[in-house]
Amino acid sequence: MTAVSDRRQLAYIAAQAADARVNVELETEGMTLNIGPQHPATHGTLRIVAQLDGEQVVNADPIMGYMHRGYEKLAEVRTYPQITTLINRIDWLGSFANEVPFILACEQLMDVEAPPRAQHIRTILFELARVANLTLFLGDMGVQLGAVTPVFYAFRDREHILNQIEAATGGRFHPNFDRIGGIKDDLPAGWVAETKESLKHITKFCDVMEGLVLGNEIFAARCRGIGVIPADVGLSYGMSGANIRASGVDWDLRRDSPCGLVYDKVDWKVWTHPDGDSFARYWVRLMEVRESVKILDQLLDSIPSGPIMAKVPRIIKVPAGEAYVATENPLGVMGYYVVSQGGLEPFRVKIRSASFSNMSISPWLLKGAYVPDVITILASLYFILGDIDR
Amino acid sequence: MGLVPGLLKGLGITFKEITKTVTKGAETVQYPHEKEDPVPRARGVIALHEDNCTSCMLCVRECPDWCIYIEGHKTLAPPRRAGGKPRSVNKLDRFDIDYALCMYCGICVEVCPFEALFWTPEFEYSEPKIADLLHDKTRLGQWMETVPEFESYESGAEVKAKKVPR
Amino acid sequence: MTSMFAFDMPWAGEAGIRLAFALVAVLLPAGATVYLYLFKMVSFMQSRLGPMEAGPYGSMQLLAEVGKSLQKEDLFPAKADRTVFALAPYVVLVSTFLLVVAIPFGPDAYFANLDTGVFYALAVSSISVIGILMAGWGSASKYSLLGGLRAAGQLIAYELPLVLAVVGVVIQAGTLSLGGIIEAQATGEIFGFGGIGNPYILTQGIGFLIFMIAVQAELSQTPFDMPIAESELVSGYMTEYSGFRFLMFFIGEFASAAIFAFLASVLFLGGWTLPMFVTDLLGIDWDSQWFNVVGPIVMLTKMLVLTFVIYWVRFTFPRFREDQLQRFAWKVLIPISLINIALTGVLKVVF
Repeated sequence: MTAVSDRRQLAYIAAQAADARVNVELETEGMTLNIGPQHPATHGTLRIVAQLDGEQVVNADPIMGYMHRGYEKLAEVRTYPQITTLINRIDWLGSFANEVPFILACEQLMDVEAPPRAQHIRTILFELARVANLTLFLGDMGVQLGAVTPVFYAFRDREHILNQIEAATGGRFHPNFDRIGGIKDDLPAGWVAETKESLKHITKFCDVMEGLVLGNEIFAARCRGIGVIPADVGLSYGMSGANIRASGVDWDLRRDSPCGLVYDKVDWKVWTHPDGDSFARYWVRLMEVRESVKILDQLLDSIPSGPIMAKVPRIIKVPAGEAYVATENPLGVMGYYVVSQGGLEPFRVKIRSASFSNMSISPWLLKGAYVPDVITILASLYFILGDIDR
Repeated sequence: MGLVPGLLKGLGITFKEITKTVTKGAETVQYPHEKEDPVPRARGVIALHEDNCTSCMLCVRECPDWCIYIEGHKTLAPPRRAGGKPRSVNKLDRFDIDYALCMYCGICVEVCPFEALFWTPEFEYSEPKIADLLHDKTRLGQWMETVPEFESYESGAEVKAKKVPR
Repeated sequence: MTSMFAFDMPWAGEAGIRLAFALVAVLLPAGATVYLYLFKMVSFMQSRLGPMEAGPYGSMQLLAEVGKSLQKEDLFPAKADRTVFALAPYVVLVSTFLLVVAIPFGPDAYFANLDTGVFYALAVSSISVIGILMAGWGSASKYSLLGGLRAAGQLIAYELPLVLAVVGVVIQAGTLSLGGIIEAQATGEIFGFGGIGNPYILTQGIGFLIFMIAVQAELSQTPFDMPIAESELVSGYMTEYSGFRFLMFFIGEFASAAIFAFLASVLFLGGWTLPMFVTDLLGIDWDSQWFNVVGPIVMLTKMLVLTFVIYWVRFTFPRFREDQLQRFAWKVLIPISLINIALTGVLKVVF
C-alpha cells in the first residue's frame, strides 16, 4: 500500500465523519432501503439491507443465499466426470475456469498429469474464459454508472470469444471440456487462426472502452477515490484477484503457482494499481484483458503436438486422500478442496469461490458511501451471484 | 470536474459506430429471416442411431440429472452368417430424452461405447408445452440426418476424426 | 392564430382545431424523436438494428408500444396516496402542453403570441417538478421518494442556469417575446454582414452551451439522470407506474425534450426563419406567408438536430452523482452564465 491510498482513505473517512456529525446534530430520521433481491444493479439476487441517513449509507448488510444451489452437497452424490458439468454453473461467465482447479485437484489425488498438449489447450481455454468474463465487466461497469452503450459493445465483442469456445468445446457457456487426465477432444482444424482473428476484436474493444469509459471525465469523477480498499484490509477480508491487485498487492496465482497450467512458458506481466478505488479496479481489469490477449497470442503460436489424454481408467475412482488446488480465476482465487474415500464419488468438495470472499468486505466498504456509490462499488467489486451462492 | 477531451472522444466513438452501422450494417442477425450457422461441434440436440444401441444403460447411469429413459428386452436376431446360431440381442423398446431436464453436458454421448448417440447443432425444437420436450426414439432418430461429419483436427493432434454411421 | 385562416370560424371549431394542432405539436415531435433516436439511432450506436418487424423498418413499433401500455392494468401500490399518485402524470403532461403554447412555428402559426414568451416558457417548464415530486411522494416507495427528491433538487438547481443562459439572448434581442427574438435574429447583422442574419448561437455560444446542458439536466437525461437512475433507483419516481400513467410520463419526457429543442432553436438558431441569403434567392420576405407552411418544417429540422445531440449525449455518457451535479450547477454553470450576461451587457452598450 502506498502513501497515496493512505491519504485518500483518511480524507474519505474524515469527510464521512464530518458529514455524520452534522447529521447527528440535525437528528434526521434514518431509512432502511432494501437493495435487492430484485434490483437491476445486483446482477441476480443479492440483497443489501442498507440503513440510510439521507442518501448516505450508515450500515449495509449483504444477505446472500437467494440463489444457493447446493453444489457442494450435490457433488457428493455425483461421480467425478459428472461434477464438472455442475461446477460449470458456478461462475457462469467464465465457466471453463471453474472446471480447471477441480480437475487439477483430482489429478493430484490420482497422481496423473495431463500431457503437454492438453495442458496447453487447457490454459488457452482458461484464458479465453477470462477474456469472456472480464469483457462483460468492462461494459457492465458503464451500465451501472448509467452509460448504456458500452455493455452492448461488450456483448458484441465477447460473442467472438464465445464462438471460439463453442467451436472448440461445443458449449458456449458450459463447456464441460476438462477431463481428469486431459481434455475431452482436440481442437478442430483452423481453430487457432480463427481465435487469433477474434482476439483482434478484443484488442479493439479494449481501446474503445478506454476511450468511452475509462477516459471519460464523468467516469473518473464517479470512481476516483470511491470505495477505497487498503491492501491490509482487503487481505484480511480474504479478497483476491483483480480486486486486491488494484490495492497494490502483487499476487497472482497464475504466476505464483501455475500448477498444471503453462503460464511459465509465456512472457507476461501482473498489473497492479496503488489506489485501491473503483477506478483502479476497472483499470486493472482492463489491463488484464489486454495481458490475456498477449498471453493467448503466445500460447496459440506454440501448441505442442501429442496426445490429449493421459492413461486414465474408464471408470474413474479417486484414491483416498485430500487435495486443495486453487487457481487464479477471472473473479479471483478459486479453490477446490476435494476429500476422497476411494469411491466413485467424492466424500466432500469444498468450493472456495472468489466472489464470496470479495463480497464479504462490502459492509466495511459501503459504510459512509452514498447510494449511487453503493452501486459503483458493488459493480467494481465485480461479483457473480452464482459464484457467491454456489 | 476535469477536462473535456475525454467526453468528446466518447462522443466520437459512438458517432463512428452509428456511421459504421448505417453504412456497413449491424452486427446482429435478424433471427427468423436469417440464421447463423452453428459450429459443427455445437451441442444442439442429441441424435440416436438406433441400430447401434444395445440398451446397455451406460448413458442412463452417467447422466448427471437422469433425464434419459431406456427400456429394452432380449430378443433373438437372425445369425450373421448363413447356418450360424441366432444371436441374442437387446431390442430397444423405449429411448426418451427429456430436454426439459437435459443440461447439455454431453456425458451420454461421450460414454456411449457403441457410438449410438451424436450431437447435432440443430436448435429449433422449442415447444409450447414442456411435456413435448420429451423426445422419443423416433424423434431422436430423425435428428440423425442433421448430424454433421466430424471435422478434421488442428495440426499436431494425434486423435483421428471418426466417421458418422448413417 | 385567427389570421391563419382566411374565413371566419365558429369559436368551438377554432378551439377544436387549436386543440388538434396542439396535440400534433406535442405528439408528432415526441413520436418522431422516440422512433428516430430512441429506437433507431441508439440501436445503430450499439451496432444493432432496433425494431424491424412492426411496419417497414419497425416504424409502427411506437403504436405497438402505446397499445401495449394501454392494455396494461393501472396499478396502485397498496399504501399509495391515491389522488396524488393518479394526478402526477397529468401535471407533468400539462407542463409540456403549456410549454408548446408559447412556441411560434411561423409568422402567424403560433398558439399564443405572448409579449413575455421567454418568461412564460421558462416559468411553466418548472411545473413538471411538482408532478415529479407528487409521483415520488405518492408512490409510497422508497426508490420513488429518493428519485422524486433528487429530481426536485436537480430541477431547481438547473432552472437557474437555464434562465441565466437565456438572459444573454434577451439582452441582445431587447425583447422577451419569442417572435421578437426570431425577428431580431433574422434581420440582425454580424459586423455588417446580414447574409445569414444573426443566429444567437454565434454570438451567444456560451449561452447556448449552458442552455443545452441545463436542458439535459431539466429533462433528466444522462449524464444528469439521477432521478431515474435505472441502475440505482430502479426507475426513480416512475418505478410504481404502469399502463397509461407510465405512458403519460413517457410522452411527457420525450415531448418536453422535443419542445425544449424547439425553444432552443427559437432562441439560438433563428426559429422558423431561413437564412437571409436563401430568402433573397427565393425572392420572398423573411416573414412571408409561406413560412406558415415551411416554418414548422424548418423548426422540425432544427429540433431534430438538437434532439440528436441530446440523445447522442444521453446514450454515450455515464451519470454524475447528485452532489457532483449540484456542485457543477452552482460552481461552474451559474458563474459562467453570470459572466456571460455581464459580457453581453457590456458589448451591447459598446456596439
